[in-house]
Amino acid sequence: MSNLPSDLKYADTHEWARLDDDGLVTVGITDYAQESLGDLVFVETPVVGNQVSAKDACAVVESVKAASDIYAPVSGEIVDANALLNDSPELINSDPYGDGWIMRIRPDETAELDELLSAEEYEAQVSADE
Amino acid sequence: MLIFEHSREGRTAQAQMPAALDSADDIPAHLRRQSAPQLPEVSELQVVRHYTRLSQRNFSIDTHFYPLGSCTMKYNPRACNQLAMQSPFLARHPLAPERFGQGFMACLFELQEMLAAVTGMRAVSLTPMAGAQGEFAGVAMIRAYHDAREDLARTEIIVPDAAHGTNPATAVMCGYKVREIPTADDGDVDVDALRAAVGPQTAGIMLTNPSTLGVFERRIEEIAAIVHSAGGLLYYDGANLNAILGKVRPGDMGFDVIHVNLHKTFSTPHGGGGPGAGAIGVSERLLPFLPVPVVGRREDRYYWQTERDYPQSIGRLSAFMGNAGVLLRAYIYSRMLGCGGMERVAEFAALNANYLMHRLRDAGFELAYPARRASHEFLITLRREAKAYGVTAMDFAKRLLDYGFHAPTTYFPLLVPECLLIEPTETETKESLDGFVEAMCRIRAEAESDPEYVKNAPYTLPVRRLDEVRAARQLDLRWTPTGAVED
Amino acid sequence: MPFIPHTEQDIREMLAAIGADSVDALFDEIPASLQSRPLEGVPAGLTEMEVARLMQARAASDGQPLCFLGAGAYEHHIPAAVWEITTRGEFYSAYTPYQAEASQGTLQVVYEYQTMLASLTGLDVANASLYDGASALAEAVLMAVRANRRTASRRILVPRSIHPLYRRTVDSIVRHQGIELVEVGYVPESGRVDRAALEAAAEVGFAALVIPQPNVFGVLEEAGELCDWAHEKGALAIGLVNPTALALLQPPGEWGEAGADIACGEGQPLGVPLAAGGPYFGFMSCRQSHVRQMPGRIVGATLDSEGRRGFTLTLQPREQHIRRSKATSNICTNQGLMVTAATMYLALLGPQGLERVAAACHANTRALRDALAAVGDDIDVVFQSPFFHELVVRLPQPVAPVLDALADKGILGGWDIGEHYPELGNALLVCATETRTADDIRAYADALREVLQ
Repeated sequence: MSNLPSDLKYADTHEWARLDDDGLVTVGITDYAQESLGDLVFVETPVVGNQVSAKDACAVVESVKAASDIYAPVSGEIVDANALLNDSPELINSDPYGDGWIMRIRPDETAELDELLSAEEYEAQVSADE
Repeated sequence: MLIFEHSREGRTAQAQMPAALDSADDIPAHLRRQSAPQLPEVSELQVVRHYTRLSQRNFSIDTHFYPLGSCTMKYNPRACNQLAMQSPFLARHPLAPERFGQGFMACLFELQEMLAAVTGMRAVSLTPMAGAQGEFAGVAMIRAYHDAREDLARTEIIVPDAAHGTNPATAVMCGYKVREIPTADDGDVDVDALRAAVGPQTAGIMLTNPSTLGVFERRIEEIAAIVHSAGGLLYYDGANLNAILGKVRPGDMGFDVIHVNLHKTFSTPHGGGGPGAGAIGVSERLLPFLPVPVVGRREDRYYWQTERDYPQSIGRLSAFMGNAGVLLRAYIYSRMLGCGGMERVAEFAALNANYLMHRLRDAGFELAYPARRASHEFLITLRREAKAYGVTAMDFAKRLLDYGFHAPTTYFPLLVPECLLIEPTETETKESLDGFVEAMCRIRAEAESDPEYVKNAPYTLPVRRLDEVRAARQLDLRWTPTGAVED
Repeated sequence: MPFIPHTEQDIREMLAAIGADSVDALFDEIPASLQSRPLEGVPAGLTEMEVARLMQARAASDGQPLCFLGAGAYEHHIPAAVWEITTRGEFYSAYTPYQAEASQGTLQVVYEYQTMLASLTGLDVANASLYDGASALAEAVLMAVRANRRTASRRILVPRSIHPLYRRTVDSIVRHQGIELVEVGYVPESGRVDRAALEAAAEVGFAALVIPQPNVFGVLEEAGELCDWAHEKGALAIGLVNPTALALLQPPGEWGEAGADIACGEGQPLGVPLAAGGPYFGFMSCRQSHVRQMPGRIVGATLDSEGRRGFTLTLQPREQHIRRSKATSNICTNQGLMVTAATMYLALLGPQGLERVAAACHANTRALRDALAAVGDDIDVVFQSPFFHELVVRLPQPVAPVLDALADKGILGGWDIGEHYPELGNALLVCATETRTADDIRAYADALREVLQ
C-alpha cells in the first residue's frame, strides 16, 4: 500500500488536507492518486482569491492520457496556489505530501475537516475499490 | 529530416512562381509584412521526394490490415476519388449559380434520398463536416424542437457510460447537462437505471447501436418507449452503422435523429484524420429544424434550400456546403454498391467480426462479452496477460505493428480493462484475419518467454516507442532553426 | 458484391468456425420486429465503368465558367505535385495518428504545417486544423471566452464587415453557451469598422473583438489600432485573416503593441480546390500562454527510446475522448488530408512564391477595378480604402439579372453582396486572383459593357 501519513485527513476523491498552525488548510493529492494517474504533465492551479465550497472542482491535474479534477476538501477562500507546479508538475509524483502540495485554503470552519476520512478509513476505501 | 532542414536560401520551385513581383506599393506600409514567413526554400523534386518518403512512414488501409475498432477502416475505392476529382467538380465555386452545378447537385440530392431510405428517416441534410458536427446538429435540433414547443424545463441529455467522449462534449456545447447511466453486465444499457433517470428534465438520449461495446442493444424498442413517454427524443450516433447497414434501420428502432459517418460506413477516406462528413437524418417532427443548405428539386432542376425554406433551421454549420467533395465520394460508393451491395455490408462485416472473435477465443484470448454475438466489432481484454506477464494491451498494440498489422483501438471503452476493440470490416479476406490471429498468438508466446521484449516494441518502424510524457512536459509544437532536436 | 472478397468456401469455413448455420444467424440478437424488409429507394449497383460514365456526364454538364467570384473561396493555381502526392494511399487511407510509431508521415506533415501556419500568422503555436474558416471562427470565439480570465464577460464584438455566412455559422455553433455576439457597424465611406459604434458596444464590457483582415468587402482594416483598442479594454483580439494575404500583410501576431491573441481563417487558398465548398480546412494559431484553451488536435516533437526525434499527438487531455463533457470542444478530427496538401503547397511556393501570388492577386484586382470603372461613368468603386484581392463595385442596374446575363456568356461576375447589405444598393463583390489574365479581365469588362447596354 502506498504512503498514507496518519496526521492528514483524506477525501474520498483522493485529496489530502492538513490544518496548519496558521489556521490554513494545505491540500494535495494522495500518493495513491498520483501513482494511478502516472507521470503528471500539467497542473491547472486554482485561482487565488476564489471562494470555494467543499467538493467544488477547483484545479485539474493532467497526465498524458487522463485529466482529473481536484475538489476542495473544505469550504473557504483559496489563499495560495503552488507556483512551482507550473513548471514542475512532476513534484506531485515525487513528493505528493511535501513540495507537491497544490493549494492552501482559509477554511470557513475547521469543523468541516472532521467530516473527512482518517488514513485508515481512506486506506479501507481504496482497498475496496481495487 | 524536416522540410525546413532541406531549405537553402535562394532556392525555389521555379515552375510555381508567377512571372514577376507586381507592385503592391499602394497598400500602406504600416499594414504590410516586414519579414518573410518561415517557409522552406526548396526545389520541386525535393518537395516530391520529401513527402513521398513521409507517406512511406504511415500505416494505411492501402498498405496494412487496419482493424481499428469504431473507425470502420474498409477499402476506399479508387474510383470514388478519381471521379470526384474531375475538373468541373473541383473548379466549381461554392457561390456559383445553380445552373453551373446541376450535375453536382443531382449527386447530392440522390445521396440525401439514399441515406434517408437506408436509415429509415424522413429527410437528410448533408452539411455537417464530421461526425462530431453531425452530433452537434442533432442535439441542437432536439433543443430547437423543445424550444419551439416552449418546453423549456428539459435541461438534461442522457448518455450511457460507454459512449464516445464526443457525446457528452456535444451535449454541453448545446447547453445541456449530462446524466450518465450505467451499462449492465451483459453489455446492454441498464434499463432500470434509464427508467429512474428519465423525467420532465429529459431532453433526450444519445445512443450508439450497436454500442461501443460491440454488441447490439437488444432492448432498444423498450428504451425508445421509455424516453419517448418521458417526452424526450432519441439521438442515434451513427459510429457503428456499418454493423447494421441494410439489416436494420435506426428509424425503425424509434430514433428521431441520426448522424451517419460517411467516412466510415460510406467508405470515404479518413485522410490521416479527416475530412469526414456527418450527414444527419431526421424524423418528421424534426424536419423543420434541419441545418441548411439542403438540396431541393423542383421539376427537373436542383436548387439550394436555405433559411428561407427552413425558417426554423438550427442554421449553418459551415460557410458553404460542408465537405462537398466527401459527399461526392460517398455518392459514388453508394451507386457502386447499390441496394444489393448495401445489404451485404453488414452481413460480411458481421461475418468477419464473429469469425475473428471465435478464432481469438479458441486461441485462448478472453472476450469481454463471451455470451454475445459480435456486431461488426468486438472487445477482448488482455487483463490476464497483463497480470501474468506485465504486458499490457498497449504493448500488444505496439508489437502488432512489428507484425505488419495496425493496432486495434486500445483502452476504449474505458469500462473494460486492458481492452482491444477490433473491427475487421467486410473488405478483408479470411487470410488477413487468420494472419492477425497468428500474430496475436505469437505475441502472447513472446510475452510469456520474454516480456521485456514485447514491452519495448516496436522494433521495425521508423521510430521506437515515443516519449509522450516528454512531448507534453516540454512542449515542442513548431520547428525553430536553433531549437531543433537531433534526428 | 463489390469490394467483398469472400468465396463460397470462405463463407462455409467461417460459419463453421463460428458455429452458425447461416450469415443471418449472426443477427439473431436483433429483435425480429426490427429486421428490415428489402431495401427500397436505393437503385441497383453499377460497375466502375457504368458509374464512371454517369459521373463524367454529370461533371461535363456543370461547365467551367470564368470565375471572378471570391467571397471566402478563391481560385488559385495548385501545383500538380500537391494532389498527386496527397492522394497517395498512405496519406489518403490512413486515420488519425493514434499509433504514433505507425503514423510518423502524417504526424511530421502536421508538425511542419503547424510551424508554417504559426509563422505565417506571426503567433507561437498552431493546431492541426479545424473544419473550415467559418467554424474555426466559432471555435476561436469559444476559446476566447475560456481564455480571457480577466473578465467574466461572454460578449464578443463581431463587426458587420465579417462575411455574413461566417457570422451565421458562428451564431449556430455558439448560441447555446450563453455567448452574446454583438454586431458592430462599418463606416459607409471606408467600409472599415465604425470606431464610434465600437466604443458604444464596449460600454458593457466584452471578452474579445474579432478583427477581419481583409474584411468581406476586401477592405484592409487598421488592424493594429483595433488590436490595441481591444487590449486596452481588457479584451482579447481574434484575427480573422486570409492566408494568401499574409504573405504581404502584417501578421496578426505583430498587430499593434502586443499582437492578436488568436488568429484563424479559411485555409482553402493554400492548395485546396474550390470543389463546391469543401472539404476545406480552418486554421488556428495562438499565443503559447493560451495553448491549453485551443481546441483540436496538436502534434508535438519528442524523442523515442533511442533518443531519435519523433512526433506524436500531445495535449490530449483537452480533448473530448479524455475530458468528455469538460473538453475544449467536441471536435475529434482535423482536416488531415487538406493540411497535407497545404503543407506541400506552401513548401512548393516558399516565401517568395507566396508573396508573388499575393502580389499578383492584388495587381489583378487593381486592374479589374480599373477595367470595370472604365465600362461606364455610372459604375462606382464603393469604398475608398486600401484593399487586397477583392472590392465592391456599384452597378447602375440590379445585380442579379446582370450576373445572370454574364453567366450566359460563361462568366461568373462576382457575388451579389447587396443581398446581405441592402444599404449598399446594387453592389457586387468581385475578385481576381493570380489565375486571371489580362485577357480574362478584358473579356469580363467587354461582357459587362454589352450586358449593361
